[in-house]
Amino acid sequence: MPQTRTSGDLGFRIGTGLFGFVVIAIVGMIAFELTRQSLPTIQKFGLNFWRTQTWDPIAGQFGALPFIWGTLYSSILALAIAAPIALGIAVFIAELCPARIQRPLVFLTELLAAIPSIVYGLWGVFVLVPAVRALETSMPEVLRRLPIFSGPARGVGMLSAALILAIMVVPFTSSVAREVLKSVPNTQREGAYALGATRLEAIRAALFYARTGILGAVMLGFGRALGETMAVTMVIGNDPNVTASLFAPQYTMAAVLANEFSEAADPLHLSALVEIGLVLFTITLIVNLLSRLLIWSMARSARGPAVATATQAAAA
Amino acid sequence: MSRTTRRKMLSSAFVGFCALSVLLALVPLALVLFFVISQGIRAINLDFFTQMPKPVGEPGGGMANAIVGTLILAGLGSLLAVPIGVVSGIYMAEYAGTRIASLIRFAADTLNGVPSIVIGVFVYGIAVLPFKQFSAMAGAIALGVMMIPIIARTTEELLLLVPLTMREGALALGATRARAVFTVVLPATLPGIITGVVLALARIAGETAPLLFTALNNRFFSTSLRQPISSLTVQVYNYAQSPYDDWHRQAWAGALVLVTIVLLCSLMARLATYRLESMHRQ
Repeated sequence: MPQTRTSGDLGFRIGTGLFGFVVIAIVGMIAFELTRQSLPTIQKFGLNFWRTQTWDPIAGQFGALPFIWGTLYSSILALAIAAPIALGIAVFIAELCPARIQRPLVFLTELLAAIPSIVYGLWGVFVLVPAVRALETSMPEVLRRLPIFSGPARGVGMLSAALILAIMVVPFTSSVAREVLKSVPNTQREGAYALGATRLEAIRAALFYARTGILGAVMLGFGRALGETMAVTMVIGNDPNVTASLFAPQYTMAAVLANEFSEAADPLHLSALVEIGLVLFTITLIVNLLSRLLIWSMARSARGPAVATATQAAAA
Repeated sequence: MSRTTRRKMLSSAFVGFCALSVLLALVPLALVLFFVISQGIRAINLDFFTQMPKPVGEPGGGMANAIVGTLILAGLGSLLAVPIGVVSGIYMAEYAGTRIASLIRFAADTLNGVPSIVIGVFVYGIAVLPFKQFSAMAGAIALGVMMIPIIARTTEELLLLVPLTMREGALALGATRARAVFTVVLPATLPGIITGVVLALARIAGETAPLLFTALNNRFFSTSLRQPISSLTVQVYNYAQSPYDDWHRQAWAGALVLVTIVLLCSLMARLATYRLESMHRQ
């Protein structure tokens, strides 16, 4: 009898484990498949692929620098806008607001994450871009001479992309930061208040205690911004440029995939696009790993159950 | 000004900033919803659900093919993702703490972070290139791959919520682990798992990027899995990029349908999760 029980359990374990193995295999296959298909350009161009700026599929010239520039620039800009707002929201919900409106506020911010990217894109094209264009044309001439405001006032461009990305990233960062804050032991705040701290000073103590987790929350938002495709493609202008100008149309890695992949007839062009996908995959992988590591180390030091859920919420 | 007043003022300013942040996030939400609803309602009618797209210049028409396409893609994707997701979730919960469970969890979280456009590139390589044909099947695989980690992690989380006493009760009666899971633990969490699936559906129903070069698009009505198929999201994308006002109206109508689907699914899932959590925490 004990014999059959253990063997039955073993079968169950192996059977369910096989399905789990599929999940592991998919991740492995993604890495393998992307590498395999980008070999032609990796061999042909090597690192020059990432150093040169000319992207001309017809002439067989593939320089991906403008795309990686656009992806990093737009994501960093978006984060610069979104991170303070997301942290403000997290603090407001976790520390300041009355318990009664806590849940509705959480729901509303999560709604921001639920709206499909394509809907943000549509809204961006017809509402945000005209607004940004109006802002650009009304900007005084003196300011327009600065390099970051140079370029035609078309509305589509880096600024629109960064704004729409910021809107989309806020809910991810704020929900993780909120859970991280909740895991800070109350003794931290009570200690600060006991020493006569103001609200700001007490919250600052909590934020300092939670700093690794907060950094993780911001990194998580960064990972989301890097891979965001549709909304950015629709408003960034899709013009490969390496420029600091906020008004200039630019291009991102995800956007060039969305625009050119289905029409890439030439094998070298396809390989170049897959290599862009491979690098995008690698960068987001590293950023997400780092983010999870930070949140996890915070969870371990706080040993709060809340952060464990935060990591899961971030994963979901 | 005394030091104390300055500190108090700084503190109030900070509280003000936090409240302002909430408003700053809610303004775009309200704006997006306002435009989608107001523009969408003006454009939506029965034809939108029952008619095929009209050629350029002819007003009217609808997105019947795209709606059916989205349903087929989401349905097939679930068919693929539910077994893999649920069972690997069971493994992670039952053998939590083992190295393999952590590895699966790690893989699921990694997969979740992969940009959806990269999933599209991957599926193009395994399901389009070998057959030299864009197809509904490829689109469904792409969506399925995106659903797996969401379902797996929700299932795991919910199984862990089941009180240990229930599990122990089954084991004490002489049940094997498999039996305890399938007759006691799983039925107790079934509503939760369905919630997870609904949540995953809400996520992928609005996905465009992974379909662009897997399912592609189709101007005609198609239910064949080997042919390109139209979807609401790709259709909205194409219409939004077009220069025609009539198509823009259709795009808004499509966006309204998408947002309604996604919000209803999320709302349902959210309510069910709250109920489940409060049930188990008593």
